[in-house]
Amino acid sequence: MNIVVVVRQVPDLIEPLEIVPSGDALDLDAASFILNESDDHALEQALLLKESGGGSVTVVAIDFGDVDNTLYTAAAKGADRIVKIACDGDTPPAARDSAAVYAEAIKPLRAELVLVGVQAHDELDGGLSPFLAAALELPYVGVIRGVKAGDAPGTVAACKEFPGAVMARMNVKLPAVLGILGADQPPRYVPVSRIRGAMKTTQFEESAATLAAGELLLSVSRLYPPAPATRAEMLSGSEEEIAGRIAEILAEKGLVK
Amino acid sequence: MSAQDVLVLAETRGDALADVTFELLAAGRELARTTGGQVLAVLLGPGGAAYAPALAAADRIIAVDDPRLAEYSPEPFASALREVVEAEQPRAALIAATSIGWDVAPLLAARLDAPLATGCQAICPDGDGLMVTASFCGGKMTAECRVAASPAILMMLPGSYRPTGETGKGELEQRSPAAPLEPGAIAFEQWIYPEAGDVDITQQDVLIAVGRGIQQQDNVELAEELAQALGGAVCASRPVVDQGWLPATRQVGKSGMTVKPKLYLALGVSGAPEHQEGMKDAELIIAVNTDPKAPIFDVAHYGAEVDVLDLMPALGEAIAARKG
Repeated sequence: MNIVVVVRQVPDLIEPLEIVPSGDALDLDAASFILNESDDHALEQALLLKESGGGSVTVVAIDFGDVDNTLYTAAAKGADRIVKIACDGDTPPAARDSAAVYAEAIKPLRAELVLVGVQAHDELDGGLSPFLAAALELPYVGVIRGVKAGDAPGTVAACKEFPGAVMARMNVKLPAVLGILGADQPPRYVPVSRIRGAMKTTQFEESAATLAAGELLLSVSRLYPPAPATRAEMLSGSEEEIAGRIAEILAEKGLVK
Repeated sequence: MSAQDVLVLAETRGDALADVTFELLAAGRELARTTGGQVLAVLLGPGGAAYAPALAAADRIIAVDDPRLAEYSPEPFASALREVVEAEQPRAALIAATSIGWDVAPLLAARLDAPLATGCQAICPDGDGLMVTASFCGGKMTAECRVAASPAILMMLPGSYRPTGETGKGELEQRSPAAPLEPGAIAFEQWIYPEAGDVDITQQDVLIAVGRGIQQQDNVELAEELAQALGGAVCASRPVVDQGWLPATRQVGKSGMTVKPKLYLALGVSGAPEHQEGMKDAELIIAVNTDPKAPIFDVAHYGAEVDVLDLMPALGEAIAARKG
C-alpha cells in the first residue's frame, strides 16, 4: 500500500506560550516546536500497515517550526520518502491553505491512503485532515484509533472512536484520507544514533507545491490566557506537608476509611 | 428560513439525545435572541420524530430520514446536513466537537466554502459576521475571532453553555433528502464494545487519575496503591491510554468515560477541555501538577504545584497514618 503521512509541528505546551505585542497571535519566535501528537500516531499507523502488508510510507511536511529533526526521526523510524514543502512565512498557514498546498504536493504521489492527525492543538479554523480530503476529492473519516487491512482488496478497516470506549468499525474503500487519533500501538522509540544515521543518508525531496493565502474567513482579533471563573485553592509546603493536608481533606469528607 | 436563524445539529447517545445537544440549543437560543432569528434543531436518522418533545427548546425541529442514515457514516450524514443548511441558509450552524462533529463540520465547511471555527465557547453577532470566543492550545489560550461570512460552521466545545429549560415553538418537520443519499466509500460495519471484566470507572466513588506527568508505565503502580488505599480505581487521560499504559475503558474525557465520583484526584493531568468534559462534575477534585497554568486547576477545588512522583509516596504514607 502506498501511504502518505502529513506531519506538522506545533508549539510545545510544556513551555510557556507568549503572545505578540499586537495581541492577536502567538509569539512563535519564543516557542519551541514538537511534532503534533496525533500526526505522530498517524506516522506510527502508516509504519504498522507497511510492516504488515508491504508498500511504502512517504512523509510530507511544510517546512515550518524546526521540522527537519522530525523528518529525520520519521526516516529513522522507517519512512521511505520525505517530501518538504517550502514555507516563506513566519506563521503556519491556515488549515484550508495548508490543505490546498498539501493536496498539490500529494496528488503526484498517487497515494492509496493518506493519514493525518485528526487535530492539532494550535488550529482554530478546523481540522486539516477533512479539508485535505476535500481538496484531494477523496472520502474521509476521522477520530480513528487503529487501522488494519480490510477483508477485501483495496480496502482498510478503520476503528472510529466514540464516547465510552465504544468503537465503530468502518470499511474504507481506497483511496481515502483518514484522520488519526491514535495508532494501533504507541509511537515507537527510535535511538538517537539511528536519527543521526538518518541525517547522513536521508535526502529530502522538495515539492513544487507553493503556498498561497486564500480568502480570510476567520480572523483573530485578540488572544489571552483563559481567566477561569473559579480557581483551585492551592496547597503549599513540602511534599509531606501537602500530602498531609490532602489526607486531612479526604478524612474531613469521609473518604479515608 | 432566515439568514438570522441558528441551526443546531442534534446528536443521540443510545436511545436519548446527547447532553451536548441541550447545551447547543441554549447557545443557539442566546444567539438567535440577538439576531432575531429562530433556533432550528436538525436530527439525522430514522425515528427522529420521537425526539421532538425533548427538543422543545428549538422553534423548528427538522427530522431527516433516509435508510443511509440508520448508522453513522460520513458521506450520507454530511450530504444530508448540507442539504438542510443550503435550504435554510442559517446565520450559523452549531455542531458539537464530538466524534461525528469532527467529521461533518469540516466537511460541511469545505463543501459550502463556509468559515469554520473550532473550540467555540461563546458566540455573539458582530455586524454581518459573528464574534467567537474559542479555546485552543489544550485550553491554555483563548482567542476572540471574527467569522466573516454566513453560514458560519461553529464547532462548539461541550460544557460551554448550560441548558436553560427555555422552550421554543417546537414545530416538527419531517423530511427526506431530495435524492437518495449515496453510501460513499466509507461504510459503517459494526459497533465494538469494550470487553467486560475491567473496572467500570463510572461506578467508582474514588478515582485516581493519571496523566502525562506520570512519565512512565511503571509509575502507574504508585497510583494503583493510592487507589487501593482509598478503595477506588485508577483512570487516565488520553495520552496515557495512547501509550498503552492503561486500557481505553479507563479513559476519562470526550472520547472516554464521563465520571462523577466523590473524589477525583488528578495526578499529572493537564486538564485539556476534552478531559474536563468527562470529570468536571466530580464532587471533589484535587489536582497535582508542576505547571501552575495547567487548566486542571481551573476546575479543581484544591491544587498543588508539585511533582506527582514525589507526592504519591508521601500521600500514601499520610493516608496510611490516618487509617492507623
